[in-house]
Amino acid sequence: MLSDVTKLGTRRSQRETKGVSMFKKVLCLSAGLAAVLSASPAIAQTEISWWHALDAELGKKLESIAQGFNDSQSEYKVVTTYKGSYPETLTAAIAAFRANEQPAIVQVFEVGTGTMMAAKGAVKPVYELMTENGQPWDPSGFLGPVVGYYSDTEGNILSLPFNSSTPIMYYNKDAFAKAGLDPEAPPKTWAELETAMQTIVDSGAANCGLSSAWITWIQTENLSAIHDQQFGTLENGFGGLGTEFTFNGPVQVKHWENLKKWSDSGLYQYGGPVGGPDAPPKFYSGECAVYMNSSGSRAGVIANSKDFEVGFAPLPYYDDVIDEPKNSIIGGATLWVLNGKSDEVYKGVAEFFTYLSQPEVQADWHQFTGYLPITNAAYELGQEQGYYEANPGSSVAIEQITRGTPTANSKGVRFGNLSQIRTLVDEEFEAMLAGQKTAQEALDSAVTRGNEILREFEATNQ
Amino acid sequence: MVENRPFLTFLTHLVLIAGVVIVVFPVYLAFIASTHGPGEFVSGLVPLLPGSHMIENYSMIWNEGLSSSGAPPIWVMMLNSLVMAVAIAVGKIVISLLSAYAIVYFKFPLRLLAFWIIFITLMLPVEVRIIPTFKVVADLGMLNSYQGLILPLIASATATFLFRQFFLTIPDELMEAARVDGAGPLKFFRDILLPLSRTNIAALFVILFIYGWVQYMWPLLVTNDSRYYTIVMGIKRLAASADAEPLWHLVMAAVILAMLPPVLVVIFMQRLFVKGLVETEK
Amino acid sequence: MQSKRTIFPNKLLPYLLLAPQLAVTLIFFIWPAIQALKSSFEREDPFGFRTTFIWFDNYRRIFADPNYLSSLGRTAIFAISVTLLSMALSLLLAVAVNRLLRSGKVYTTLLVWPYAVAPVVVGILWWFIFNPSIGIAPYILRGMGINWNHRIDGNQAMILIVIAAAWKQISYNFLFFVAGLQSVPQSLNEAAAIDGAGPFKRFWTIVFPLISPTTFFLLIININYAMFDTFGIVDATTMGGPAQATNILVYKVYTDGVLNLNIGSSAAQSVILMLIVIALTVVQFRFVERKVQY
Repeated sequence: MLSDVTKLGTRRSQRETKGVSMFKKVLCLSAGLAAVLSASPAIAQTEISWWHALDAELGKKLESIAQGFNDSQSEYKVVTTYKGSYPETLTAAIAAFRANEQPAIVQVFEVGTGTMMAAKGAVKPVYELMTENGQPWDPSGFLGPVVGYYSDTEGNILSLPFNSSTPIMYYNKDAFAKAGLDPEAPPKTWAELETAMQTIVDSGAANCGLSSAWITWIQTENLSAIHDQQFGTLENGFGGLGTEFTFNGPVQVKHWENLKKWSDSGLYQYGGPVGGPDAPPKFYSGECAVYMNSSGSRAGVIANSKDFEVGFAPLPYYDDVIDEPKNSIIGGATLWVLNGKSDEVYKGVAEFFTYLSQPEVQADWHQFTGYLPITNAAYELGQEQGYYEANPGSSVAIEQITRGTPTANSKGVRFGNLSQIRTLVDEEFEAMLAGQKTAQEALDSAVTRGNEILREFEATNQ
Repeated sequence: MVENRPFLTFLTHLVLIAGVVIVVFPVYLAFIASTHGPGEFVSGLVPLLPGSHMIENYSMIWNEGLSSSGAPPIWVMMLNSLVMAVAIAVGKIVISLLSAYAIVYFKFPLRLLAFWIIFITLMLPVEVRIIPTFKVVADLGMLNSYQGLILPLIASATATFLFRQFFLTIPDELMEAARVDGAGPLKFFRDILLPLSRTNIAALFVILFIYGWVQYMWPLLVTNDSRYYTIVMGIKRLAASADAEPLWHLVMAAVILAMLPPVLVVIFMQRLFVKGLVETEK
Repeated sequence: MQSKRTIFPNKLLPYLLLAPQLAVTLIFFIWPAIQALKSSFEREDPFGFRTTFIWFDNYRRIFADPNYLSSLGRTAIFAISVTLLSMALSLLLAVAVNRLLRSGKVYTTLLVWPYAVAPVVVGILWWFIFNPSIGIAPYILRGMGINWNHRIDGNQAMILIVIAAAWKQISYNFLFFVAGLQSVPQSLNEAAAIDGAGPFKRFWTIVFPLISPTTFFLLIININYAMFDTFGIVDATTMGGPAQATNILVYKVYTDGVLNLNIGSSAAQSVILMLIVIALTVVQFRFVERKVQY
């Protein structure tokens, strides 16, 4: 826009000026034109930039939600930009903040929560934003586990929960049937899963039993929560920056040992570090019959698994460790509002957030994607609509994350630089798979290295 | 040839053919992949013969890109790459010509210092000063702009040295004659030095065009607005789709398009390319 | 320093001529390098709110970090393997082309173009070939009883990036070897042939020693290439994994600084890298000087 104005100005000034400083004239003209144009209604819209990390089906849906808001009013325009993976988006936002080019809203995955909470000067807390701009704000309307994960020590919600998920188990019903297993009775425990995988591979129904995305999140953090095992001291880090890791306990070691054993025998195939980019194709292509990933992958799984029917089930547990598995923990992302924007923009952001939290919008997003319904109202709306009965398996995630009474070990994790820590846990896992370390050695080393990063974070943020 | 040994000649051809196969094979595979449909890569083995989706794949990424992966149409990225590569090549050549001219044809205080400052750029590739350079560009407000993509890369010690070396070989008599004719330094530069440097400039342009085209880390850092993506960094976007199998056929079509311009330059301007390469490095 | 016998007398003009080059150099090279040096002594949070001066803590931490030390080792293995593999292949091809007259030109054209392929594109090409689930190479290797999975096996990941990086560098080395071989006087070769020396003996006793300046030059250039220009290859194939097995120094600077936002440590690593480049440049230029005299 501006460059067009400048061009126009240049052309005019070329015609009109003789002897007058052309540069000045151009400046005046373009400034004048810009002022005139910005008074017209088309320009009056305040732009709200929203950086996100969702691609493919999820990205399209997200864009359509922003479009829905834009169509619902004429004062503000939410402009969405895809910035790559979650870590890339967080990095880009921080870099942009330092360069004073930050977006108004950035979607940060749960791992970045510790980092964002510590960056007090960079963030505009959502509860403040909403009250300042006179928007309705009722924290009790949100699902309990979601609120707990994203509140500060005083119980204030700092970022708007948007796409929260929890890992679940996807399985190939056709492969189960082919192997003579009951496709409607997915394995509940790891022991049952092992038997099922063995049967599937032996019968040739699939080449491999299991692949998993997010080794750290699913097979370590969630494993610990489900089995009520401590992940770190000070209530998994909720109690302060002085927290230390303790996830090298017997349950985690045993589970990693199993994964190594299954990897060696071909029952399990490693899907790669961080988000496990190789895991989804292994499931979609029918190579692996079981696949663990975020409930938010539901849309992608359904869209990509064309050749077979997909089943949904809770994550398995070790029945010799715990009789009644605890709730799983949250993943996904929340929307953080960054400092340094005008009041006008914040007013728009607050309105947009109110729009986003409406039960209809939430329920639509949740039902399309598989992310959790963030508010009780959205969940109830889905029940009224009969959505969960019509779509078997769609309530697996919410049932799993709300089951039982959360303990200090199962309400979540909060560590600074968790993104970096997850990377090193992945590395140790790889070292174990390659046979360089035993499960115990790998987890011990992950704890030691992780603690160093925690101390570094503590020192930086004191 | 010293003597005629048929077996040795046979061996020679064998070695060279093997070499060509090694060099060509990866690109051949990529091309084949770019002519197939999306479903043909999941199954287990990559096809080795062309498929029937070539036109469809290429026109798809050329015109539409992959908006869901944040990748704009290829033509936008190709255009950005072209702008960047040409501007870097021209910029480097211009500022190096000027500075080499200053160093060779003038004597002035701090000449040696200037020479050393230019020399030092050799020791500071962008890879080793990523974050502070990023910060400078950000402070200057040049993130997501052509200036930001281009300016930090156009300092060039090698080009300066090349021109300096070349100017030193130009006979002094030329300049003396020009001065007798009353030509000033700018006229001498324009009418005599530039025409004499034509081949060197052309050779250097080929090398620097390639240098600009293949830049990856720098565009990755300073652009996060898809309007300024270059093709080389945009490919990574295409390849890294988070929740699904990479769309190999489209990725490979983009790979082929990304390689084409600089490879064609090398093949069709081979003599200039070889000259530029050998002379800039020596 | 050398200049013309006769010069232009202008006082201001040379500064104006130098200005653009110096401006770009100072703003985008010297200043950031100084900044890197400065922040290598500091601890800074990602958002840039708090900066503490901590002397040599970043350096101490780096050299106490087994991952950094192993990254140093990995980088050395990588650089040496790439250099040897690529140079050996290129020399073989250059010697072969040098034996031919007319057809040599055709082969040359077919061999030189990978120079123009961007490293990240090279990475994607080889990633496709070695992809564990769909790649053609793992398929063939499985047939030979080798289980290829560079997601888990660090050595295989290293082999992958060595192959990719060496492939890209073949054309460059090839051209320089051809140039070197062409400068070997034909008469020497002929004289040796008359003395009854076979082609292989002639190569090792006469030709190879004569092209040793080229070889040495390429050695330095290739090490430089493997250490600094291969970022794209690593980024497109292994991303430094598995378990940091392919996390070469330049990639580690990037991940620590840009992805993990550990600015102090990344800056200290940058400074160490600069020292390495300076050392390599000094070696290269001393050598060039000697060759000029020779």
